[in-house]
Amino acid sequence: MTMSQSNSALASKSGRDRVNASGWSGRALVYAAVGIIALALALAPFLFPDIRSQEVAARICVFIVLVASYDLLIGYTGIVSFAHTMFFGMGAYGTAIALKAMGPGFEAILLGGGAGIVAALVLALLIGLLSLRVKAIFFAMVTLSAASVMMVLASQLSDFTGGEDGITYSIPRLFSPATELLTDAEGRAMRLFGVPLNGKIALYYFVFVSALLLFLAMMRIVASPLGSVLQAIRENELRAEAIGYRVVFYRTTIFCIAAGIAATAGILRAVWLKYTGPDVVLSFDIMIDILLMVVIGGMGTMLGAVIGVVLMTLAQYYLKDLMALGAEATANLPLVPDLLNPERWLLWLGLGFILLVYFFPSGIVGTLLGKGGRK
Amino acid sequence: MTETTASLPTRIKADIERFGGVLWLPVVLAVVALILIGQPSTWATLTIAGLAMGMMIFLMASGLSLIFGLMDVLNFGHSAFVTAGAFIGATVLAWLGFWVTGGNPALNLTGLLLAIAAATIFGALAGWFFERVVIRPVYQDHLRQILITVGALIVAEELVLLVWGGAPIPVPRPQVLTGSIIFAGVSVEIYRIFAFLLGLLVYVAMYLLLNRTRLGLLIRAGVENREMVEALGFRVDRLFILVFMAGSALAAMGGAMWAGYQGLITAALGSEMMILVFIVVIIGGLGSIQGSLLGAILVGLMANYVAFLVPKMALASNMLLMMAILLWRPYGLLPAVKR
Amino acid sequence: MAPILRLDDVHTDIAQYQILHGMSLEVPEGGVHVILGRNGAGKTTTLRTIMGLWKPRQGAIRFRDLDITKLQTPDIARLGIAFVPENMGIFGGLTIEENMRLASDDGSFDTERLARIHAIFPAIKQFWQKPAHALSGGQKQMLAISRAIIEKRDLILIDEPTKGLAPSIIRNMIAAFREIAEETTILLVEQNFHFAKALGQTVAVIDDGRIVHRGTMADLAGDAALQGRFLSLSVEA
Repeated sequence: MTMSQSNSALASKSGRDRVNASGWSGRALVYAAVGIIALALALAPFLFPDIRSQEVAARICVFIVLVASYDLLIGYTGIVSFAHTMFFGMGAYGTAIALKAMGPGFEAILLGGGAGIVAALVLALLIGLLSLRVKAIFFAMVTLSAASVMMVLASQLSDFTGGEDGITYSIPRLFSPATELLTDAEGRAMRLFGVPLNGKIALYYFVFVSALLLFLAMMRIVASPLGSVLQAIRENELRAEAIGYRVVFYRTTIFCIAAGIAATAGILRAVWLKYTGPDVVLSFDIMIDILLMVVIGGMGTMLGAVIGVVLMTLAQYYLKDLMALGAEATANLPLVPDLLNPERWLLWLGLGFILLVYFFPSGIVGTLLGKGGRK
Repeated sequence: MTETTASLPTRIKADIERFGGVLWLPVVLAVVALILIGQPSTWATLTIAGLAMGMMIFLMASGLSLIFGLMDVLNFGHSAFVTAGAFIGATVLAWLGFWVTGGNPALNLTGLLLAIAAATIFGALAGWFFERVVIRPVYQDHLRQILITVGALIVAEELVLLVWGGAPIPVPRPQVLTGSIIFAGVSVEIYRIFAFLLGLLVYVAMYLLLNRTRLGLLIRAGVENREMVEALGFRVDRLFILVFMAGSALAAMGGAMWAGYQGLITAALGSEMMILVFIVVIIGGLGSIQGSLLGAILVGLMANYVAFLVPKMALASNMLLMMAILLWRPYGLLPAVKR
Repeated sequence: MAPILRLDDVHTDIAQYQILHGMSLEVPEGGVHVILGRNGAGKTTTLRTIMGLWKPRQGAIRFRDLDITKLQTPDIARLGIAFVPENMGIFGGLTIEENMRLASDDGSFDTERLARIHAIFPAIKQFWQKPAHALSGGQKQMLAISRAIIEKRDLILIDEPTKGLAPSIIRNMIAAFREIAEETTILLVEQNFHFAKALGQTVAVIDDGRIVHRGTMADLAGDAALQGRFLSLSVEA
């Protein structure tokens, strides 16, 4: 419990110090996995054409952006915030309200989404400047309060936001299944591998390409001088301050950047779902999901966001089915079916999460890349 | 060279400081509310409701403040104890059936005290377990603490859902505490008076413990400088367990009281209160029960006044209050530790 | 006579920084013994390591016959070692009386010892019920030292007691320390050579986490060349 054992398990030491025997093969594994995932996502409409899989794929794309932007805060800079879903929601609601009010057109998306992003940036700036000068712990609580207030406001200002039920709206015609991107000789949508090239494909690629660009931008940020400063701040704030970096300025900057990216992810989600409501963008469950994904994947690693999101999304969709089967099979036993009830999904998630934070604080990718260490 | 007479604002400020400083805040709030609300009887009802609510939140928050002040541990799972206390209290009240709902005041109170005691004892035991299993492995690592305690919060809520199911549970209120009395033209719910008095009693007990006993001395010293207390030969880790258990027990007690107040509870109760509890801890400052009490009273009053004046802004108003206070006093109003 | 304290090849790290590199030291029983060194040399780290607040990566610490390297701080304190840290470790929110009560073994005071403290440090008696944060820097230091001597201790570790204090107060402290040293052993860590010179019987110079010179204070005080070699210290009056 003494100072020298103060756990800097999450401070990743430089690759030089920590490359171990498994480091090389660990890296290969991670890159391979990410490569496969990227490929799968790029070709998803053709590989997994059913509706449910499409939704899973799109959700994965959006959440990779969301989780990676959260990792910028928690993994790279060491800031714990519970307001991320709030910014996500602002982008989504901005887009949704605009699409509902202005009709389904790209101007609505640009205007509404843009407004959402700007609002997120402004709010992030205010919260950041105000609270980043107080203790980290207080900051976390402040973000929690802010997010809660936003949730309450969203459900209460129902004329504006549709309240608990949310808003449904139409999206640009380009994304409609009726729109044919390429027609064949008979005037119907051309098919590639049996899948019609219509607006649905366009919609998916809109989400996929945007997410890809955002993700690459974040990787760029992390590799840039800004990224190095942030990591220096996370490792030893006093020292960074002593060297001359104005810590509050940098923290606020990254907080705003992360907020803006989260809002942009919100735009994507809003356009994809054609629906926005507190349960899909603002709820605390989503914040928990983000936390879990970032920890599972590995804090402080962009690629970890990819792995974490994919693992958890797949698990969420398909493990619940498994649990339901299990509950049916054990229906005659006492406690067991209650424990296996798919609604108790969170119980097992929570336990798994706790174990993860104990034993693998650097997450899957972190451990494979040999980053950090447990003391 | 110093002036012989200080300027008027400085003198006023000095006078305010001398007569309690920030302790005037609730009074100021109450006065402003009176002006805005207009009718004294409505104001009085709201004020009493606010004070009662404040006391219950004080129970929930004071433990967290001390735990964080002393142990530097942030337990995002603290509200799980509130939920547990609420459900256990409700269950015991339901079991005792006639004792509680019947007309015999002595039985009523016994039933109530049993319910509160059950909740409190459970809180203490759960706290012991929590500290050993969840908190202890991640001492000093704030990031992992936050993560692990959030995980523990999820698990706890799921366990409550598992045991009690998802439907809201009605909470039988002891017959002797139902209804209101009319005092000076104002209708006052008896339960609220009881909640206020109980909270006050707990505060006094805590105050005496902290300021008149050796244990309390250790805690107060530990909040300021844990290392030095160890260097003086005291096992601070034992102190930790005690304080953690006490804090969790208090949270459970607060939860039980809140259950009685609400009449109907769901598993989300802890999470709902969590925001207010955190706001109280931040406003009040870490490590001091005076701070927690002051913060709780402010939050309770604010919530009730604003719920009447601008219902949609009730929660937001407290958040704005917190931001305003943080701007003015980044460490809270009456912190015992300025770290 | 066997040394009361002995450090053998102690290496201590803080986070990823190595502070003590093979620190070896013997402190004879009785009297005042000084560790001199400039800022960042490892003086505070040495005391904190002895006290168990930081655990060494390597090496051993013995108190009399006991290996205390792996002991927890409270147990080390209970062996009869008192610690007066660099920031004095005063509990500002508590009164002087409450600060002193914490230092007494069971909460009560030996009247004779308390009287002696009142005599050496009158401010203690004067501000008995006042909160400690209201004291001046010098008074806080007196309180810190009083806490260390309210019960008889075998070894007192003191970290830079004169830091930031006025020369007149320092003079008083020299007298007080001399009196205290009659009944116990003091290990004093200092930057102020003048103060150290007035009190210390033996001296060890620490630089870069290890001892670079050890000997009697008299020898060092009398040898200007030696001083020049080892001490780029403030030579305060």
